[in-house]
Amino acid sequence: MIEMTGLTKRYGDKTAVDGLTVGVRPGVVTGFLGPNGAGKSTTMRLIVGLDRPTRGTVTVNGKRYDEMAAPLHEVGALLEARSVHSGRSARNHLLALAASHGLGAARVDYLLELVGLTEVARKRVGAFSLGMGQRLGIAAALLGDPAVLLFDEPANGLDPEGIRWIRQLLRRLADDGRTVFVSSHVMSEMALIADHLVVIGRGRLIADLPVDEFVRRGTRHQVRVRSPRLGDLVALLQGPDVVVRPDGDGAAEVDGMTSEAIGELAASHGIALHELSPLTASLEDAYMELTGGAVEYHAEVAE
Amino acid sequence: MTAATVAPGRQVGDGVRVTFPRVVHSEWVRFRSLRSSWVTLAITVLLLVGLAALSCWAREAHWPPRDPGEAASFNATLQAIGPGTFLAQLAVGVLGVLLVTGEYATGMVRATMAAVPRRVPVLLARGLVFASFMAAVLVPAVFVAFFVGQGLLASKNIDTTLHAPNALRVVFGAGLYLVAIGLLGMALGWVLRHTAGAITALFGLLFIVPLIIHFLPAPWPSNVTKWLPGGVGDSAGIAVWTPHPGTNSLGPWAGFGVLVLWAVVVFAVGAITLRRRDV
Repeated sequence: MIEMTGLTKRYGDKTAVDGLTVGVRPGVVTGFLGPNGAGKSTTMRLIVGLDRPTRGTVTVNGKRYDEMAAPLHEVGALLEARSVHSGRSARNHLLALAASHGLGAARVDYLLELVGLTEVARKRVGAFSLGMGQRLGIAAALLGDPAVLLFDEPANGLDPEGIRWIRQLLRRLADDGRTVFVSSHVMSEMALIADHLVVIGRGRLIADLPVDEFVRRGTRHQVRVRSPRLGDLVALLQGPDVVVRPDGDGAAEVDGMTSEAIGELAASHGIALHELSPLTASLEDAYMELTGGAVEYHAEVAE
Repeated sequence: MTAATVAPGRQVGDGVRVTFPRVVHSEWVRFRSLRSSWVTLAITVLLLVGLAALSCWAREAHWPPRDPGEAASFNATLQAIGPGTFLAQLAVGVLGVLLVTGEYATGMVRATMAAVPRRVPVLLARGLVFASFMAAVLVPAVFVAFFVGQGLLASKNIDTTLHAPNALRVVFGAGLYLVAIGLLGMALGWVLRHTAGAITALFGLLFIVPLIIHFLPAPWPSNVTKWLPGGVGDSAGIAVWTPHPGTNSLGPWAGFGVLVLWAVVVFAVGAITLRRRDV
């Protein structure tokens, strides 16, 4: 369980995280979503005590991070920025971190095996690919067998197989009853991984809701119909949840009815349809709409 | 990808917690697993012993010197250990800096401080491991340098022994001096966090500041230089490995005390910085 209360972090006059109040629950994968520069990595750094909050608090399992007797046993973190000395081997990197908590080589070797780095365990980390570095970071996060796990952009640099692997890993960790908090700026990735979503933009909380609800809220059913007897059809479509907008060109956009229902209705009244096409907004669209005003840097799209 | 899975439930026991001895162990694993630690210390030992041999060989080959004053100021102990110690301080100072700034440069410090969020134990443990290891390697290395040098000087019967006045103190003191300079470099690393900045600060303190003070009007140079940590003739740290410290410098152990104080104060500033600043 991670609890943030009014969590705020300012660097100079720039506010990176602005009054976040969020609870991240165990047993589910919570996605942490927001455009680049929204404050996701800063929030992660605040949780593991690398940065001190300007205002507000964040606790894990009811404790402040810097007051934990065995932090790696409580929280494991894969940070976005690489946190490994490039001159050391993967195994020695993990051994050094493990030693601080009294964990030994057996635990380290088990984790190297788990993330698939056994064969390169004695190679210098400086020669690792982005994906291998990511796996090493995941091994480090799991070192102390923590109940709470933070993953900042875990899919970075992983190949498709690696991405599937991390998805399954996150799922298993959540099914174990652990708290899994995973950030991404890619919505489609989140839709596959997360059960719950926390969306931020410019450091502020935008949404905190289950993925299903996000999908329901974000996905509108609109259908475009074109018919020589459009007027008759529009008269039939009227209903409490239905909105029809004729576009003046012999067609109309219908909100609140599926294309199947419209087709059946038209057929039962003998109305010929020249077009019947569903216009479905994607999750990506919903996300864009939600965070559109909160993007730090907009790119101009050339026409 | 292997078929290994994360087993349900907790896998590591209740004994898992951070203690100071464990932090020391962690620091030892770090120290011994970096190639640069071993390479730098090997270079330091080579400098100490190699320059002792070179300096003493050059001296005995041209003995007696033409200038009688040169013969009068000759000191067989310093002839052996002086040049090596002077250059070795650069190597250990840089190693001390790198053991800290290397973690900042690579990002390792984030993993380090996430594992030990109280932070200051890391600083203490790293200092302890580095100081112990330097003492175990460099103090004997200076003795080896001394004996190698005396072996060469013996051909002209100008060698000395550890029983000669001040000889044991100078040889032992040179080793301690190197340990303290290494720690001063490490402390500057904690304060400044950047390799270039910390090395510049260290060398500035050892060589540039005394040079600037040297050009100040009297009595500034003689009053200030003796309180500087090391590097030049009359500074505090050098006194401990000088056979006969001059009237403008502190006594050998008082001087060494001042050098240690420098390292302790900079370490304290580093500890405060570490506690207060974001990683």
